[in-house]
Amino acid sequence: MTALLSVANLSKRFRGLVAVDQVSFEVPAGEIFAVIGPNGAGKTTLFAMIAGALTPDDGTVTFAGARIDGLPPDAVCRRGVGRTFQIVRPFPALSVEDNVVIGALLRRSDMRSARAHARDVLAALDLADKHAAPAASLTLPDRKRLEVARALATDPKLLLLDEVMAGLRPTETDRMVAILRKLNRDTGVTILLIEHVMRAVMALAGRVLVLHHGAAIAQGTPAAVVRDSAVITSYLGAEAVG
Amino acid sequence: MSDLWGSVSARGRIVIALALAALLALPLFADRYVLSVLTLILYFAYVGQAWNLMMGYAGQLSLGHALYVGLGGYVAALLWLKLGIGPWLGVFAAVAVASAFGAVIGWLGFRFGIAGVYFALLTIAFAEFTRIGFDHLDFTGGAAGLFLPFEEKRLGEWWNLRGGQLLFYYLALALAAGAVLLVAVIARSRLGYRLIAVREDETAARALGIDAFAVKMAAVVISSAMTAVGGVFYAFYYNNLFPSQVFEISRSIELILAPIVGGLGTVFGPVIGAFILTPLGEGLIAITERFGINAPGVKAVFYGVILIVIISAMPTGVWPRIAALFGLKGRAS
Repeated sequence: MTALLSVANLSKRFRGLVAVDQVSFEVPAGEIFAVIGPNGAGKTTLFAMIAGALTPDDGTVTFAGARIDGLPPDAVCRRGVGRTFQIVRPFPALSVEDNVVIGALLRRSDMRSARAHARDVLAALDLADKHAAPAASLTLPDRKRLEVARALATDPKLLLLDEVMAGLRPTETDRMVAILRKLNRDTGVTILLIEHVMRAVMALAGRVLVLHHGAAIAQGTPAAVVRDSAVITSYLGAEAVG
Repeated sequence: MSDLWGSVSARGRIVIALALAALLALPLFADRYVLSVLTLILYFAYVGQAWNLMMGYAGQLSLGHALYVGLGGYVAALLWLKLGIGPWLGVFAAVAVASAFGAVIGWLGFRFGIAGVYFALLTIAFAEFTRIGFDHLDFTGGAAGLFLPFEEKRLGEWWNLRGGQLLFYYLALALAAGAVLLVAVIARSRLGYRLIAVREDETAARALGIDAFAVKMAAVVISSAMTAVGGVFYAFYYNNLFPSQVFEISRSIELILAPIVGGLGTVFGPVIGAFILTPLGEGLIAITERFGINAPGVKAVFYGVILIVIISAMPTGVWPRIAALFGLKGRAS
């Protein structure tokens, strides 16, 4: 069986700086896969190339058997890749529900079924009671979940999550982890997350890729990766040892 | 359609029905002058609605919409004068030509990422060079203008849009009401939600699979087509077309004031805005004449001051305020 997402020798340079250097990995369908690494490691660049926001200089991204590298972001989404933004971008003037309806309309042409789907997704993300509120009025944890809801409403096979735990308190992080785990279990959606919060990565991910200076320095289960000496010196540092 | 009516609050339905009935019955009571002012109001409600679709819903600033008015007017007038093709057929050609121009402008702007004020400059440029072009086209009468014959004996020929104030009043009413209906339908459709998504955040919209280019093209094509129909109305109502008047940038500005004052991105904003601004302009003319003030620009100064007051008091427009005040706000209006 081939992987749902397969990234091969992906590279991106900004002028002289190599942001992502020959990175390869595969995510089988149904897995939760995490990419971690210190600030500036190239995580967001890697993410942007998969989502179609950036065109790679080298290498390929294959999704569900077809090349998607270089496609515009809307085409990548239509292929079945939903994404969130690290700095959340809700449509502020619209209600929470209408935000999600816009996602739901990707694969539904009539408003009634789009709205019904949006309600289901909101319920799954613990946002049902806030469906009528303007998106601009939500707190950060709610906005983070709205961001996931909107992407999920497009019925993705692969959900790309860009630091959805960042800025959340531990209780909110645990809530998000529980929601994502339930989604993955119930719907079988494959999840690729970029994350700083090790607590969430340890709890969620089946496998982890560690980036450092744009290159992949380790790959494996979370438990194996945190014992890797290269990872400890470059990223986790004293925090993990202590 | 029944969905649409169902989404209007009960009070809203009564108000819409009463307003429509009043406008339909009005010619029974109003004199010619009042009727001509109302015709103008409805005309501005109509073209304002067309512009509203592009700016209010899709968020694309056009400051050259007079281009489509002028093209629509010229195409229909020329077809009638030169080939004897009446305006009811000519309007299709007018729509085709104007929306082709709209598509070219849209393609240039959206394909090459010319956005915001730079896109607005592009729209102004097109309107301006079309104006200069028409100034030098002998075929269209050049700068000396194009005139539609107005003969008493042909007044009954509604099929050639030869008629009195009453004909044009009802025509303007039909256009304005039709535009409200069309925009209301679009606003609640998949296209409407996509327009709003692109307006609110294009990057986020694209991440949700929305082809922003296609959505913006749809907006500019529909908007320019609608505006061209207004142009046909304009040509046959006033019976004259001068490039320096129809394509002039002040015409483009005049056309966008009603939706801005009434409320951008709302279905009834352009209508309310037109009902405020046109009588205001006419009233100022009457008042300055009454007091014998004929210093140039006095009217414009008062008009400008009142505009500033309204916009600073209600920056999101008058209609949202009215709707909230009287409990008229239906879902997503």
